[in-house]
Amino acid sequence: MGAPRSYQTHAVIIKEARIGEVDKILTIYTPELGKLKAVAKGAYRPGSKLGGNVEPLTYSLLMLARGRNLDIVTQSQTIDAFPVLKNDLWRMACGLYILELVDVFTMERNENRRLFSLLLNALTWLCQSDNSEIVLRYFELHLLDYLGYRPQLHRCVICNSSIRPVVNFFGFGQGGILCSNCGQEDPAAHPISVQALKVLRLWQRCDYATARRVVLKSELALELEQVMRGYIRYLLQREVKSIAWLEELKKKLAVDNGWKRN
Amino acid sequence: MVATAEPVTRLVESLSRLPGIGPKSAQRLAYYLLRSPVEEARALAEAILALREKMKLCSVCFNITDCDPCLICQDRERDHSKICVVERPSDIPPLEQTGKYNGVYHVLHGTISPAQGIGSDELKVKELLLRLQDGLVTEVILATNPNLEGEATAMYLRQMIQSLGIHISRLARGLPFGADLEYADNITLRQAIEGRQEF
Repeated sequence: MGAPRSYQTHAVIIKEARIGEVDKILTIYTPELGKLKAVAKGAYRPGSKLGGNVEPLTYSLLMLARGRNLDIVTQSQTIDAFPVLKNDLWRMACGLYILELVDVFTMERNENRRLFSLLLNALTWLCQSDNSEIVLRYFELHLLDYLGYRPQLHRCVICNSSIRPVVNFFGFGQGGILCSNCGQEDPAAHPISVQALKVLRLWQRCDYATARRVVLKSELALELEQVMRGYIRYLLQREVKSIAWLEELKKKLAVDNGWKRN
Repeated sequence: MVATAEPVTRLVESLSRLPGIGPKSAQRLAYYLLRSPVEEARALAEAILALREKMKLCSVCFNITDCDPCLICQDRERDHSKICVVERPSDIPPLEQTGKYNGVYHVLHGTISPAQGIGSDELKVKELLLRLQDGLVTEVILATNPNLEGEATAMYLRQMIQSLGIHISRLARGLPFGADLEYADNITLRQAIEGRQEF
């Protein structure tokens, strides 16, 4: 006999798609199996036992039965529904961005426990934090690290010379910092200020408790965002879709002071 | 294998493109239509054509309709100071069946869905805000679905409408009829407790 027919797992629901009238295909992220697709039968029916336990942006305990093709969710219980994220437009948008990053960067059934805890932590930090920029950048940096795309930030990735405190460059294709000489020769390289490089170096090696103490001025926050987005865009060879929504919300914020953004 | 006559295969192919209809069901429908009186087949064909030719979107509420403005928007008996905002045209009939609502509607034609790149520009949001400009509307009822995307859409609309000084309400959430407390999820139960009513 093979593996048992059903198993239990913790999971963060990262995506849903409707199939047929009332069924959902979920994309979930689990500690043991990494990303996984599973069917939640009847989840759209009013009064479904699965219902809100299998909405995206929810951390649940799931019981799954092995199916021929996709596994089937048979029982579910919410552990954390992140109500703070779901009641705040900006935080929800950040949460969805985090979920999309995990979805696009991971392969199915590829265990990565560090990434699972990072995902769970990032969603929790997002609920607590007043500075979502730090949560997002810290998450991006460590996500890439755990997936093997850790950027080299200490020596020039071309000539291996040490980095001087001047404007240097971030080489997306090279996966790290280029010194001011090498960077000028590569038109695709993105300039990076001394401050931004310092922050990235710190975030790369410290825990979140330390990372969140960094005070980010808006120009520096914008620069870090551009660098990380550029690197992610290069790795994916396309734009992350939920960025458009983040940008739309930001624009609305600039027009209308009634908008709250943390 | 003996080939089936061309008209039959053509119909089977078209039918099997419909959602939920596989090749076998399509074949059964095709043979049924072959046996049924010709008037029945003609009526079906004409109904399908009429659907595509006559249906359009109401220029006021964007519901699907065969006359513009639609019957609901034309109706003077209805309360035009209330607008109920729904995701899809198919959300209107169930609300109408309750017989509890006498206002008018606005169909967004979707929800905000960041992961699919759908923002407010892809929805009929601008059109809604335009309808609210004339000052005749006193209440907007947000009837998007109580899921993540529906919530995002409702919160976004609230932000956009808030400054206009219009009363905004949201359909109540909580336990559906026939549900079981034991299996209710945390968020639903929380809302059911918060939104409990005098009995």
